[in-house]
Amino acid sequence: MKFIFTRDTWQEIFGAIRKNKMRTAITIIGVFWGILLFIVLQGAAKGMENGFEYNFRGMATNSIFLWGQQTGIPYGGFNRNRSMQIELGDTYRIANQIGGVDFVAPRNARGVFGAEAPLVVNNVKSGSYKVFGDYPIIDKIAKKKIRKGRFLNQKDIDDSRKICVIGERILTELFEKDEDPIGQYIKISNVYFQVVGVYKENTTDFFEGDDSIFIPFTTFKKVYNSGDRIGWMVIAGYPDEDIVRIEEEAKTLLKRRYSVHPEDERAFGSANFGEMFGKITGFVKGLKFTALVVGIATILAGVIAIGNILLITVKERTKEIGIRRALGATPGEIRGQIILEAVFLTVLAGILGITTGGLSLRGINAATKNIEDFPFLNPTVSLEYIALALLIMITLGSLIGLIPAQRAVSVRPIEALREE
Amino acid sequence: MIQINELHKSYRMGSNELHVLKGIDLDIKEGEFVSIMGSSGSGKSTLLNIIGMLDLADKGSYVLDGVPIKNLSEKKAALYRNKFLGFIFQSFNLINYKNAAENVALPLYYQGISRKIRKEKSLYYLEKVGLADWAHHLPSELSGGQKQRVAIARALASEPKVLLADEPTGALDTTTSYEVMDFLQSINDEGKTILVVTHEPDIADMTKRIVMLKDGKILEDKKVEQVRASQYV
Repeated sequence: MKFIFTRDTWQEIFGAIRKNKMRTAITIIGVFWGILLFIVLQGAAKGMENGFEYNFRGMATNSIFLWGQQTGIPYGGFNRNRSMQIELGDTYRIANQIGGVDFVAPRNARGVFGAEAPLVVNNVKSGSYKVFGDYPIIDKIAKKKIRKGRFLNQKDIDDSRKICVIGERILTELFEKDEDPIGQYIKISNVYFQVVGVYKENTTDFFEGDDSIFIPFTTFKKVYNSGDRIGWMVIAGYPDEDIVRIEEEAKTLLKRRYSVHPEDERAFGSANFGEMFGKITGFVKGLKFTALVVGIATILAGVIAIGNILLITVKERTKEIGIRRALGATPGEIRGQIILEAVFLTVLAGILGITTGGLSLRGINAATKNIEDFPFLNPTVSLEYIALALLIMITLGSLIGLIPAQRAVSVRPIEALREE
Repeated sequence: MIQINELHKSYRMGSNELHVLKGIDLDIKEGEFVSIMGSSGSGKSTLLNIIGMLDLADKGSYVLDGVPIKNLSEKKAALYRNKFLGFIFQSFNLINYKNAAENVALPLYYQGISRKIRKEKSLYYLEKVGLADWAHHLPSELSGGQKQRVAIARALASEPKVLLADEPTGALDTTTSYEVMDFLQSINDEGKTILVVTHEPDIADMTKRIVMLKDGKILEDKKVEQVRASQYV
């Protein structure tokens, strides 16, 4: 093994490689491509993962939406198709009686699910927009990007203030350009509200879009006379809790309270937010795995190409090898040289590929930086993956080098030197 | 220096067996300059290859400088070749991507000699064959005679006991051939044992002993009056 570290060995290898530039270039192209693809795919998958994470940031992903529907089974003297109306009190019960619940946020809305949206007027301009009655805690479910002013706070709830937070689109539609909306009054369903904030749409919002208005839950209750009735609630579990269990227990609790048949699946509807998030992370995971498999397979193909080309060049160099052996090169020395050539070419190609791949990722990142909704951020490849790729290349390079090396020494020097 | 007894060699060609060497006895002393002659197929190249440890004999004994050459592993053969023998080929067999000095230094590399000494030695031997100015030229930039002189320098560089030349003038014109023979004669004058395979009588006459082979047997083994090549150069 000592010969690997002597300068002379490398002098011989560099000599052979430098004097055959064309051959070297063709040889390394396969592995170069392989590692380039490996790095770019890995980086792209990671970038996508980061992008989704960025978009989901500040969101309670382990949460569900729950709302009342109509019963499907007659029970306790009631007919089927009885409408279920959940109430504010239910949120406290769920929060207090079910384990693992972080918080429960009740919501009311006008203008969603195809209902007519309330009319909103500012001076001479008007439009119909969705109106949500919310607690400030809703911000923990899906963080709003506040552009100007502030979001709702507890004081707004306590005092039932007539204030609102409006979407960016409402700002452009109801206000003059460059007009500051903060502190101004707009009329929502014939009640004046002071604008305290402007938010921007978050890509992962489900209903709000950028054309909604948030007002305090307590104010909503008075304006629309909704009493304790709520449209739906958002239940957020602690990060490690099983949200499906919470979902079931919450439904069971509600069924008992509203005298619904325990097996009635229609009475309460729910959407599992965590499940959707899980699907996306699962997709990214699948993507990463595919990238890994494709990358390694491409490297493998590249290394096999190196072996193939070395095999051809060994045939070409039969005479040279014969001369070397006549001059006293042992089979081990010849074998070592060919294997080292293979490994060196593989690693050289690998380093070129890693560098080019890294630069490509940088380019892709720079090009997609300003596309806001494109889930792509900081495409990186972990050092472990690079080390893994290099390790695979060195191992495969030496294994594949064994074939031409064995071929080189299997030709007897006398045959190699024989005149044609 | 070389003692060969009852040497047999046959090649299998499909179902036929070709008996190439049929019992060769040869004794070459140190400092001799021997030419092996014979028509093609007489077995002269096979004999040289066996002496050069590039091929193995079937039967008989071969002792080189007191070392019996038999049952050699490839590694051992490579070691002995490197230590005892210098090769000169008809087609020079220089490595085409190495310059003259690097070619001369190659056997020294396989002896594990340090870079500095390799460089010194290769320049010394190139000087000896009159090609010091061509040290950094590639074989493709040299004439046939120059290439063969580089090959001779390379064969000498490892300071072998015996120099083996297989048709060293076969690819050269007469004048260049005599130049090469002049070199070999001067090397022999310094005491080096040289073995030349040739089929040209004028080349053979420039050695000191001619061994005639025919059909795998020694037909004639005679000492001759050496013709000095320098008178033709």
